[in-house]
Amino acid sequence: MHSKPKVLWIDAVSCYGCSHSFYNYPQIKEILNKIDLIYHPLLPTKEFEIKSSDILIIEGAIKSNFLRLGFDLIDLIAKLIKLSRKVILIGTCSVYGGMFGEGILFNKEDKGKFYKCKDKIISIPGCPPHPEWIAYAIEMVLNDKKILLDSENRPKEIYSYTSHMGCVRNEYFEWKVDAKNFGEKEGCLFYEQGCQGPYTHSSCNKILWNEVNSKPRAGTPCFGCTEKTFPRKDLFKTETFMGIPANIPLGVSKRAYLTLAGVAKSLTNERLNKRLIDEDN
Amino acid sequence: MSKEEKKLEIMKTALNLFAKKGFYNTTIADIAREMGMSVGNMYNYFPSKESLAKELLIYTSKLFGEELKKINEMDISTKEKIKKIVELYFKKAKEEPELVDYFMRVYLSNKEIFSNGCEGMLCVSSFVTEIMIFFEEGVRKKELKNQDFFAAFGLFMGYLGGLVFLYREGILGKDIEEYIEVVSENIYNALKA
Repeated sequence: MHSKPKVLWIDAVSCYGCSHSFYNYPQIKEILNKIDLIYHPLLPTKEFEIKSSDILIIEGAIKSNFLRLGFDLIDLIAKLIKLSRKVILIGTCSVYGGMFGEGILFNKEDKGKFYKCKDKIISIPGCPPHPEWIAYAIEMVLNDKKILLDSENRPKEIYSYTSHMGCVRNEYFEWKVDAKNFGEKEGCLFYEQGCQGPYTHSSCNKILWNEVNSKPRAGTPCFGCTEKTFPRKDLFKTETFMGIPANIPLGVSKRAYLTLAGVAKSLTNERLNKRLIDEDN
Repeated sequence: MSKEEKKLEIMKTALNLFAKKGFYNTTIADIAREMGMSVGNMYNYFPSKESLAKELLIYTSKLFGEELKKINEMDISTKEKIKKIVELYFKKAKEEPELVDYFMRVYLSNKEIFSNGCEGMLCVSSFVTEIMIFFEEGVRKKELKNQDFFAAFGLFMGYLGGLVFLYREGILGKDIEEYIEVVSENIYNALKA
């Protein structure tokens, strides 16, 4: 009998949110049964040792002069990457720096300290990433399947979508009907409430959270948590320059977007200007 | 002459007549006479006077929009762009007064003519889009104060419109081009960051 693939899960500068997200994966037991989890910071495993692994999973950002498990964090990561076959970076901190500063593959917009190891790396950004995205990466590697990656090493299957795609508020976006408050069923959150869905790479509205919902669906803006720019300031407010959104949907010129938006705003969709469920009738 | 070229000729003729006599005092027959065409033939080009008015508005907006786009794409400061826009507007008011007259005396004064098909920005979007880009980039470059779009738009366009109105009424003491410098300065001072 073949031995199980060795998986080493290490925590860098982290809040453990990515681990907690993974615990919500409904088939987590099946995955754990398939692997030999040689170390995890929270799950019961053997004492940590620097060892070779088939998959190295890293959650959290890096920091100089930071001790982890008795080693300098950056030296430790360098050794573990060298001893691994594949590396999965879990969470925006790990990929870009996110909340805690510097990422492994990138340092925000710039190349990161371990950019040279790019060929081994799969990026799963998100704060946290959806449990299914994490499971997808692990399963694909375990099954020796080829994952199509984009230029930032994110699986295209997950990150070629924007979180806007599949949002139930898309009609409001098309007709430029704004949401005035959080938590309401009606209105788009892009114009006033800070939603970053149209320019955030993620499949939150395709693979729903807890299998039922997403932030924008529930009436809270997308915070763009999968992006290198995360976290921005004022997450509940759309940044505008002279009333015009500072960030526009991906793939369209500002001129084209403003023309289309102006036309849509000039016309009225009566249905979308009413409550969806009118309790008086 | 192609059908498109002929349409443009008719539009230019109508533009002059509308600007001179007003929209309601100008008939399709007047335009046809000026063109040396029969009234029946006119309807081959425009089904109604309203549709002609609407196409003229789109045409005027595109014309200004294209000029503004050139200014937007120049590698110059926002302050210099303001001057270019003021210059463009005042020079047009002098050289092609019928264009500006049409916009102010027909479009802005007779919105009912445009209520079907030209609502909101529909027929003036080429122009308004460029103004939006101008403002947005000015704020992005930290050269203009970040504020409500219409507050800034009204200050800029209302001011220019007002001056051109005075000019066309023959009230301005000096040639309108002599106001380019001071008006640009005032607009910049009012909008700067």
